[in-house]
Amino acid sequence: MKKQIFRWALCTSLVSGVLTACTPVKEYQKNKLNDSEMGLSSRKVEKNELNFQTYREGAAGANGGKTGGGCGCN
Amino acid sequence: MVGMYLMLLHGYSQVTKDTTAFKRRKLQVDEINLVSSYYMQNGDHSAVQGGIGSEKVTDLANGLEVKWVGWDAHERKNTLTAGLGIDLHTAASQAFISKTGASRRTNGTRVYPSLDWTRENEKKGTSFSLGAYYSSEFNYKSMGVSAGGTVKTRHNGELGLKLSGYFDQVKLIFPSEFEPAYPMSGGGRDDEEEHPDYGSSPRQTYTASFSFSQVINTRLQASLLLDLVQQHGYLGLPFHRVYFTDGTDAVENLPSSRFKVPLGLRLNYFLGDKVILRSYYRYYTDNWGVRSHTASLEVPVKVTPFFSVSPFYRYYVQTAADYFAPYAQHLKADPYFTSNYSLSAFSSSFFGAGIRLAPPKGIFGSHLSALEVRYGHYTQTTDLISNVISLHLQFR
Repeated sequence: MKKQIFRWALCTSLVSGVLTACTPVKEYQKNKLNDSEMGLSSRKVEKNELNFQTYREGAAGANGGKTGGGCGCN
Repeated sequence: MVGMYLMLLHGYSQVTKDTTAFKRRKLQVDEINLVSSYYMQNGDHSAVQGGIGSEKVTDLANGLEVKWVGWDAHERKNTLTAGLGIDLHTAASQAFISKTGASRRTNGTRVYPSLDWTRENEKKGTSFSLGAYYSSEFNYKSMGVSAGGTVKTRHNGELGLKLSGYFDQVKLIFPSEFEPAYPMSGGGRDDEEEHPDYGSSPRQTYTASFSFSQVINTRLQASLLLDLVQQHGYLGLPFHRVYFTDGTDAVENLPSSRFKVPLGLRLNYFLGDKVILRSYYRYYTDNWGVRSHTASLEVPVKVTPFFSVSPFYRYYVQTAADYFAPYAQHLKADPYFTSNYSLSAFSSSFFGAGIRLAPPKGIFGSHLSALEVRYGHYTQTTDLISNVISLHLQFR
């Protein structure tokens, strides 16, 4: 339990550290951020890969995709 | 495929572009996406035979998505997205729903339409969305609804919340040795579709999805994703067998509730002028005893501004669920039992590459604005291997 709390605290600290490192970015400075391959979501071409991973692995979610409504797969 | 392409071109020929400065306009087709994939899998731990036997599967998945965009009198952007997916699959293990491997039905079709609507207020930096989803195949029906919203922060960030519910029905197709008598049966296990009286059992999934995305500097952005997922109902599959140490078998039995917590972090970085680093990490835990880590890195390299090559690698590792044991290792005294290897302890690797072509005036000057092809090879330490190739066409 202590180990888990330590891990969560470490992750939270890392994330907080990254987020507090933010610098102000104006709209005209976002040409690289707006590149179609910089999107913070899975690519459409990955859709069916995410599906098979959901059925072949025990974990799913936290990737912006569906979290339910699975199939009756073998 | 050629027919669909011609149909799309015809559709576009009806669209007139709005060139006025004022944004108010009716919904117009903005984007059409076609995604097709072919998936091949092989392994020797089929859950239908209690953790042994062929896991050979093929799946041809095709999805069409049409997006309409318009602005209302209050200059709010409305986006309507309609999707339709059709999967055609074969599974060798289905033959062994019959104890002798004589079931004739080893293929199937899944059809899944969806509809999403989003209203975005660009002035306020807020959005609201509603969605509906349906999926139907021979042994499984699913209906889903969702509602969500996002709000932009003052410092290039965005907070999001989405609530969704899925209401499924699992058809109770048992292994032949456990098949109840069907008085109206058309002829036994081999005539599954002729049975008028298969029962079904419900399964519900409720999810709260939290997201926070943040621009960190001119080259780096991140998002944090947290899902809280609660499932109730029939969470196994009725045709999955389990063999006990004494050689007898039973239908897989799993608890009727499951709580899952996946937490994901994405970090995307534009390195120099030609290389992008797309990274993702997820920690997952649930109350069945599964813990997992997922890490992936994709590196799109821009050969030209409009053509990129993207190698990727994904590593996944998980612990076994408390209720898993391999073939013939469960005790009859166990309250819950499964030999489904997706709940076993294993690690997996998934690697491959994709190419993306997206010239600003379309490919050969047509409405085809982007073309992506991606291939991946997947291996599990359970000996399961698979290959998947996908094609994405985007029309604008």
